Amino acid sequence: MRGARTPARNTLVLIAGIFVLWELAYLAVGDVALRSPLQTLRFTGGLLQSDYFWPHLANTMQAFGIALAIALTVGLAIGFALGLHRLSAEAMEPMLVALYSIPKITLYPILLLTFGLGMSAKVAFGAIHGIIPVALFTLSAVRGIRPILLKTGRVLKLSPSAMVRTILFPAAVPEIFTGIRVGFSLTLIGTVLGEMFAAQHGLGYLLMNAIGLYNIDVIMSVTFLLVVFASAVNGVLLAIDRRLHFRA
Amino acid sequence: MNRVRLYQVGVIGGFVLLLEALCVGGVIDKITMPPPHRIAIDFVKLFLSARLWPEIAKSMGNVVLSFVLAYVAGIAIGTLLHAHRVARDTLDPLFATYYAIPVFAFYPLFIVMFGLGDGPQVLIGFLLAIVAVIVTTLNGLDRVPEVLRKTARIARLGPLQTAIKVTLPFCAPYLLTAAKLALAYAFIGVIGSEFIMARNGMGYEIGYAYTNFDNATMYPLILLILLLSILMNSGLSHWEKLLLARRGLR
Repeated sequence: MRGARTPARNTLVLIAGIFVLWELAYLAVGDVALRSPLQTLRFTGGLLQSDYFWPHLANTMQAFGIALAIALTVGLAIGFALGLHRLSAEAMEPMLVALYSIPKITLYPILLLTFGLGMSAKVAFGAIHGIIPVALFTLSAVRGIRPILLKTGRVLKLSPSAMVRTILFPAAVPEIFTGIRVGFSLTLIGTVLGEMFAAQHGLGYLLMNAIGLYNIDVIMSVTFLLVVFASAVNGVLLAIDRRLHFRA
Repeated sequence: MNRVRLYQVGVIGGFVLLLEALCVGGVIDKITMPPPHRIAIDFVKLFLSARLWPEIAKSMGNVVLSFVLAYVAGIAIGTLLHAHRVARDTLDPLFATYYAIPVFAFYPLFIVMFGLGDGPQVLIGFLLAIVAVIVTTLNGLDRVPEVLRKTARIARLGPLQTAIKVTLPFCAPYLLTAAKLALAYAFIGVIGSEFIMARNGMGYEIGYAYTNFDNATMYPLILLILLLSILMNSGLSHWEKLLLARRGLR
């Protein structure tokens, strides 16, 4: 790193640049369809103090939390199971990649019909977004482990669970963590997306409801909060991710 | 190779058979999901009736439009950024965080700004696709050997000609990867937006059929979208592999 170009400086310049662009866009478009950064921040402050907002936030966060837990558990299980078996890994990896690229929102009506309108459909939808990246990264991490480590484990006659705990997991952790980071983001996107299509609670619902009411303040504030939350968490996870890869 | 194919066919076949058994056995009721053979029949019927051709054409038109815009703009921006180190470093945090941001959350804002129509949908597809193209282009340009750049300088090529005649052709496999990603993202963006709020298009039709309990339309359309995206993805992946193999990269 040369002094002037540290990541922190880049991030600050970038954020400042985005705010300037936002302000310029506001000056160009006007009050009809946009709010200025300052107005948005002020309204967001008000929104965070209102009783109306918190139940929606809590609802989204609850759905997101459960979905993330499911995505991580199932994704890791699939990744380890397939990664340890050469033929399964070879056959299933392209299929998982194909699944990764489909617009999963088209599956949402099926989930709604299966689970009914409400929390469980949202959770399921968030989870299917997160499972595939976690599984894919885990699969390739496990497959990429140096054979000598596995041989050592076999020589020590480790049980399958001890093998996973003491050898596979530590060796694969950096790449698995990348999967967890991507899975986190996609689960959040999935949860909010589900709420935008059909829900009666949550941030996605607030957004869609605001279109009907032509409430630009709410649209700008909720979008702003979602973006800040998603990028802040991703920033932290990315920093951990890079450190893990650096160490490895 | 053949064992892998067999495995894949087995997994898909087993899954379809399982669904069929569950549907026929009544574990999954008819309102939730018709049995797969019924979906296949409806699928053929839907195509023969030609009722949804205009919707399919409209969605695919928007997908292609946002793909082309994102692809061309992405390669241009990637090439420019590669020459400007400071700008690239400054934008790096954005690229690293970009796909964590729920881009669909901007859709309501775009509807308010541009009205409910093709514009916001194409814009969402474009925004989802472009960063993948930029990042992949940068990635490819990073791997251009110095000797090629020197050759271009000796031949007195300008920056534009260097890009068109030397560096970008070298990056062809990366540009193909970029195309694959961009197409998938454009597809997700357009179909997803239609789903959330629109007046027509495949995504809209699925949402409409869902609200009307019209499973005979909904399931074939979902199947169509899945098949389209899987075909696009595997077709381009196959081509990508051929290209990489020819270059001896894989």
